Amino acid sequence: MTQTPALLVLEDGRTFTGQAYGATGSTVGEIVFNTGMTGYQETLTDPSYHRQIVVMTAPHIGNTGINDEDPESTRIWVAGYVVRDPAIRPSSWRSRRTLDAGLEAEGVVGISGIDTRALTRHLRERGVMRAGIFSGEALVDDAGRRRTDVELLDQVTAAAPMSGADLAGEVTVAEPYVVEPVRGPVSAAEPVATVVAIDLGIKSMTPQRLAERGVRTHVLPARATAEEVLALEPDGVFFSNGPGDPSAAVHEIGLLREVLDRRIPFFGICYGNQLLGRALGFGTYKLTYGHRGVNQPVLDRRTRKVEITAHNHGFAVDAPLDGETVAPFGDGRYGRVTVSHVALNDDVVEGLECLDLPAFSVQYHPEAAAGPHDAGYLFDRFVELMTTGTVPDRATGATGATTTEESTTDAPSH
Amino acid sequence: MPRRTDISSVLVIGSGPIVIGQAAEFDYSGTQACRVLRAEGLRVILVNSNPATIMTDPEFADATYIEPITPDVVESIIAKERPDAILPTLGGQTALNAAIALDEAGVLERYGVEMIGVNTASIHLAEDRQAFKEVVERCGAESARSVIAHSLDEVLAAADDLGYPLVVRPSFTMGGLGSGIAYDEGELRRIAGAGLHYSPTTEVLLEESILGWKEYELELMRDCADNVVVVCSIENVDPVGVHTGDSITVAPSLTLTDREYQRLRDIGIAVIREVGVDTGGCNIQFAIEPDTGRVVVIEMNPRVSRSSALASKATGFPIAKIAARLAIGYTLDEIPNDITGSTPASFEPSLDYVVVKVPRFAFEKFPSADATLTTTMKSVGEAMAMGRNFAEALGKAMRSIDRAGSVFHWQGPVPAGEELEKVLGTISTPTEGRLIAVQQALRSVGTEGGTTVEDVYARTGIDPWFLDQVVLINQVADEVATAPELGAELLRRAKRHGLSDAQVGSLRGLTEETVRQVRHALGLRPVYKTVDTCAAEFAAQTPYHYSSYDEETEVEPRDRPAVLILGSGPNRIGQGIEFDYSCVHAALALRGEYETVMVNCNPETVSTDYDTSDRLYFEPLTFEDVLEVYQAELAVGPVAGIIVQLGGQTPLSLARRLEAAGLPILGTPPAAIDAAEDRGEFGRVLGEAGLPAPAFGTVRTLEEATTVARHIGYPVLVRPSYVLGGRGMEIVYSDGQLAEYVERALQGAADAGHPGQIPPLLIDRFLDDAIELDVDALYDGTDLYLGGVMEHIEEAGIHSGDSACVLPPVTVSTSELERIRTSTEAIARGVGVRGLLNVQYALVSDVLYVLEANPRASRTVPFVAKATGVPLAKAAALVMAGHSIAELRDQGILPAEGDGGTLGLDAPIAVKEAVMPFKRFRTATGSVVDTVLGPEMRSTGEVMGFDTDFPSAFAKSQAAAFGGLPTSGRVFISVADRDKRAITFPVKRLAELGFEILATAGTAAVLRRNGITSRVVRKYSQGAGPDGEPTIVDLIVAGEVDMVVNTPSGQGARADGYEIRTATVSADKAIVTTVQQLAAAVQGIESLRSGSFGVRSLQDHTLELRAGGTDRPVPAS
Repeated sequence: MTQTPALLVLEDGRTFTGQAYGATGSTVGEIVFNTGMTGYQETLTDPSYHRQIVVMTAPHIGNTGINDEDPESTRIWVAGYVVRDPAIRPSSWRSRRTLDAGLEAEGVVGISGIDTRALTRHLRERGVMRAGIFSGEALVDDAGRRRTDVELLDQVTAAAPMSGADLAGEVTVAEPYVVEPVRGPVSAAEPVATVVAIDLGIKSMTPQRLAERGVRTHVLPARATAEEVLALEPDGVFFSNGPGDPSAAVHEIGLLREVLDRRIPFFGICYGNQLLGRALGFGTYKLTYGHRGVNQPVLDRRTRKVEITAHNHGFAVDAPLDGETVAPFGDGRYGRVTVSHVALNDDVVEGLECLDLPAFSVQYHPEAAAGPHDAGYLFDRFVELMTTGTVPDRATGATGATTTEESTTDAPSH
Repeated sequence: MPRRTDISSVLVIGSGPIVIGQAAEFDYSGTQACRVLRAEGLRVILVNSNPATIMTDPEFADATYIEPITPDVVESIIAKERPDAILPTLGGQTALNAAIALDEAGVLERYGVEMIGVNTASIHLAEDRQAFKEVVERCGAESARSVIAHSLDEVLAAADDLGYPLVVRPSFTMGGLGSGIAYDEGELRRIAGAGLHYSPTTEVLLEESILGWKEYELELMRDCADNVVVVCSIENVDPVGVHTGDSITVAPSLTLTDREYQRLRDIGIAVIREVGVDTGGCNIQFAIEPDTGRVVVIEMNPRVSRSSALASKATGFPIAKIAARLAIGYTLDEIPNDITGSTPASFEPSLDYVVVKVPRFAFEKFPSADATLTTTMKSVGEAMAMGRNFAEALGKAMRSIDRAGSVFHWQGPVPAGEELEKVLGTISTPTEGRLIAVQQALRSVGTEGGTTVEDVYARTGIDPWFLDQVVLINQVADEVATAPELGAELLRRAKRHGLSDAQVGSLRGLTEETVRQVRHALGLRPVYKTVDTCAAEFAAQTPYHYSSYDEETEVEPRDRPAVLILGSGPNRIGQGIEFDYSCVHAALALRGEYETVMVNCNPETVSTDYDTSDRLYFEPLTFEDVLEVYQAELAVGPVAGIIVQLGGQTPLSLARRLEAAGLPILGTPPAAIDAAEDRGEFGRVLGEAGLPAPAFGTVRTLEEATTVARHIGYPVLVRPSYVLGGRGMEIVYSDGQLAEYVERALQGAADAGHPGQIPPLLIDRFLDDAIELDVDALYDGTDLYLGGVMEHIEEAGIHSGDSACVLPPVTVSTSELERIRTSTEAIARGVGVRGLLNVQYALVSDVLYVLEANPRASRTVPFVAKATGVPLAKAAALVMAGHSIAELRDQGILPAEGDGGTLGLDAPIAVKEAVMPFKRFRTATGSVVDTVLGPEMRSTGEVMGFDTDFPSAFAKSQAAAFGGLPTSGRVFISVADRDKRAITFPVKRLAELGFEILATAGTAAVLRRNGITSRVVRKYSQGAGPDGEPTIVDLIVAGEVDMVVNTPSGQGARADGYEIRTATVSADKAIVTTVQQLAAAVQGIESLRSGSFGVRSLQDHTLELRAGGTDRPVPAS
């Protein structure tokens, strides 16, 4: 275990001293905490964490190492990583290398051995903020003296804040690609539907979940135009999760309105939900400390059932919770909207459903990587919407204990 | 969905006596359920035969029946109370089995009672092996390949197909009773034979071995709207092959990726739905093949279980409480999470700490038992600890076990060569001390010829991740041992890896005290974190704390003075739930005046429910850990004092050091406690009061022992001083036996690393034929309140914890009671008691001998409280906090007049009977360990029979403790010569009642001369007769004998007696091993033959006590 000292400096001046973990050096970003007890590999590779320093509240991280099957994208996206007790070495039949080595190889600066609970409580009370991790040479100046906390703090406050950040362009793919339906009993020779997915930071499990349902998915870069989308003659359009402030996503909101105007079935997840909200004319706002974890209860107001869901969002849609509302944008041209899903912990809007358009979205992560599979039925809803034009009632048992997971175990990651 | 309006009364079934596999956790769950249901405005009717429980206190239910949990009795209660519903999911397998029986007998339908929380179809799907296997298949998951068998022939045929080793699991038994692993045909015949017997459906499942696989458990909850949450995942450090109750376990699971964990979660949810657990909790166990990840579902419990109590304490999510609310119609999202107060219960807890549970065993009580751990649970208790990493939690959990040799050590050289081979040779067999042996072996990692983590993994199947942690702990220890100085960084590192001050001291050749001084001088103290269910995402409202060497503490300031109450730690034989009972009452009694702070480490108990006290510290009960809690509380507000006398020997043993460290001890001062334990000191107290004690002497050598024993006269009682539960106590009849005893004590001392020394031994005159009496009293310095006088049914020499007893005493005169009162008062005054006092007397002819006095809560306090309707433990806590008995009488907490020594002649009779765990323990050859009672306590629990007369109360106690007394059939009699005279009358009565009497030749001759006809049967040692005449053991095994009377004689017929008694226990038949028991049994049988049991609630008994006891008011509770 490395014993190189490291320092975590928060924007409000609080510091934590620990040991370097992963790469040494310095990093700055918005510091957020994640309460998931499993799924660190998925978290690290989730593009939505771009420019964020992630604090894991679970104390032991790295126990199962890094494997080749579980990443959600081709790289680690977090700007920095904060853990209490890194594993000495992994133990898992699928492990290929240690997490420490993985972080170091990708130059991810981390810190370990600090009181992550004290830090989490601080962020809960003060809200998320900018922070920096400094270790090794980053802690000393050219003269070889330890840099003062004030100097380090200056470096932290010089970083761009998350509000107003348009980051989709930084995480999206350069070139389009296609994810074909998974061969097997669920897929016919021909896809049941073709979806265009706009990559705003998409996780590989999302097209995978569609593929399991027989869907062909064209993944397009965030800057894709309406013409490019329409040229593929999609049965449905999907907007993914991703980092940044939805109010800055001017291009994507414009694209989404073109989709809605053409009544093409639409499904959005996370950032995609925020963009649907904004396209419909609702506001979005930043939560004090966001929702990041895999244990969040959400009520599906249509079925009155509770699902335990994976969350990763710092922004939320500001829409009236009760009843039907006429979407404010364009003199109500998108008709009525209802808040379909609500977070039971704090009443945050977790889903929108258009009543006069084939469009819906959720703020959380039905693709569930990491996280529970309770919300997998939403992909079924999307397929139904594309194939029958109606949104079915929640399919019971759609989260299928086994078939889904088994087929994903050897799913390709792009 | 709001709560159902069609249910206004519920019958809750408890779990009965504490037995291995079904312990205090069901008092915790039942108490929670009763509280919740009453808070909902429902009328709660409770049946539980166990008086030591909190749940059976009258204030927890509207009608409390301390009655046997048999279908007949429960039916009588249903007929009387006519509840709308019955809730059987919180009382373990006992409650579930009772409910199934009632349903199958049509009782529920007849009285229009709805089973809530579960239904019989679900129970069958979950518990019938074949049905469950099909459930698992329908959920798209796998079970181990298996075959169901109903006979030994089917068993053997299946083995041909599946191969060895084979796992044998009987259907419908609890705690893995009767299950085991067979490596060859001989073992298979033995294990499966027993399993077929234990299964109420004569059914066993044989399955492919998944030994050595990773083992996991999930705790799930489902509501009537089909919402399901996983409350907790638990990973067993010991792989498959060791019962989860006997495994070291950790929460949350630590070696699964999210995909693997979600797969278990998906299967779990699919299974709970498919089985159809309507509302409530269930536990599902999984095995994962470590090299491939293949998942096999092992089993499911469609009810609240031991693991759910553990999960509740581990996460702060109160499963039983929520299950009770779900059962009456609420959905998860309608129930608030108590801990945050702001979020709903429909979520899955996230832990930012690690929980480790370590089992507590009692093999020392059963020296002939095979101590190998198997799929049959053998531990008698457990301790849980939390830390901010695994090493810290493990270290705390291991020291919570509170026994020598339970923690890692680094004494002696690093094992090498032959010594290492020896250690490595032992670790492939799971035993109580395996992890310590593993730690010793791992000390050699990195040395020349040393072992490797891979090698230890191959031998034990313990996941390398955990082994690496042990290596890390060894490394830290090594750093501590070799560093030039014990600096702040190093000491912090040691503490963060769970090392105690004592461990650090032993590594550095320092005393524990010196290490503490250094640590405090360096400003190194633990901080206290909060169990908040959500990893700090939301603020916690409940101060449920655990220590960690981390940076920020979360203990809130307070204004009210605090009282710390030390619990009793892991349950063990001799220190069980009875002590938790007193601690809980102290917390409840003092809550009005003080901020009550509970310190305990037993996850099974009511005391560690965050609802019981104002603050809860889940901490080991060691001097170091208690001192730190005290100082943490002192830093945030005034501390009025600490209570050490209610939790049994564990907290008591800390009293003197805590006092010396400046802690204010409430109640009887530690010096007075010691005075009562010290024979010389206590002898002076007795002498001054003019009270006789049996002759005794304290000795340290065989020579001294022989001299003293001869002086006193054999038989004598020998034991080490300072013990609880009669550890090592024996009745010795001769010089030769005495020499053997001393030899064993020397051997024990040598094994413990103190060759040549034996602890001081006490030699007492053994009072043959004495009536033993147990007294619980309360003394405030001025007045004595005699709580109750219990008369033992067994003669002196049987440990009081194992002896049946009756309250009020049935053969003690009023003048004798008066002497007991004055003697007790003299002792209380002489010792300086402030609070509870337990005195044991022996009445021989006209002399009242004082055997011993203990100025602390005894295990009979809850029994006395229930039998007399007085909240004795509460009153004791108030006396300790400075209230007088006169005040408590004025306030109605104690009766205005009279006490447990002045009960009216028509007062109800309570019989306490001990419940023995013999069936759990097998010798290496597979037979049950001997069942003879003696001076060493071996019972795990107790029941109470309550009725208007002794025979009925005794009969009830027998029905509650085991199958009950027979009302007809065959009785086998074989008694020691000295008892032959005394049995004539009771046996004659049995014959008159129509029992067929079987006897061995000698006993038959005595009976014949007394006009009793008996059939002579062959002794076991004679073997079968020439024409195949069976021996008595054959007859017992064949189920042809309904009751066995066998009093152990001297050396001669020892083997015969052993075989007879063990066969009887295996066959679940009534066994009587003393003459006094026989007399009581005959009375009980007569009572049974006169009709079925009447039932009466504790509340009604209390009313009668009020009416009968002149003008005594009803005590408030």
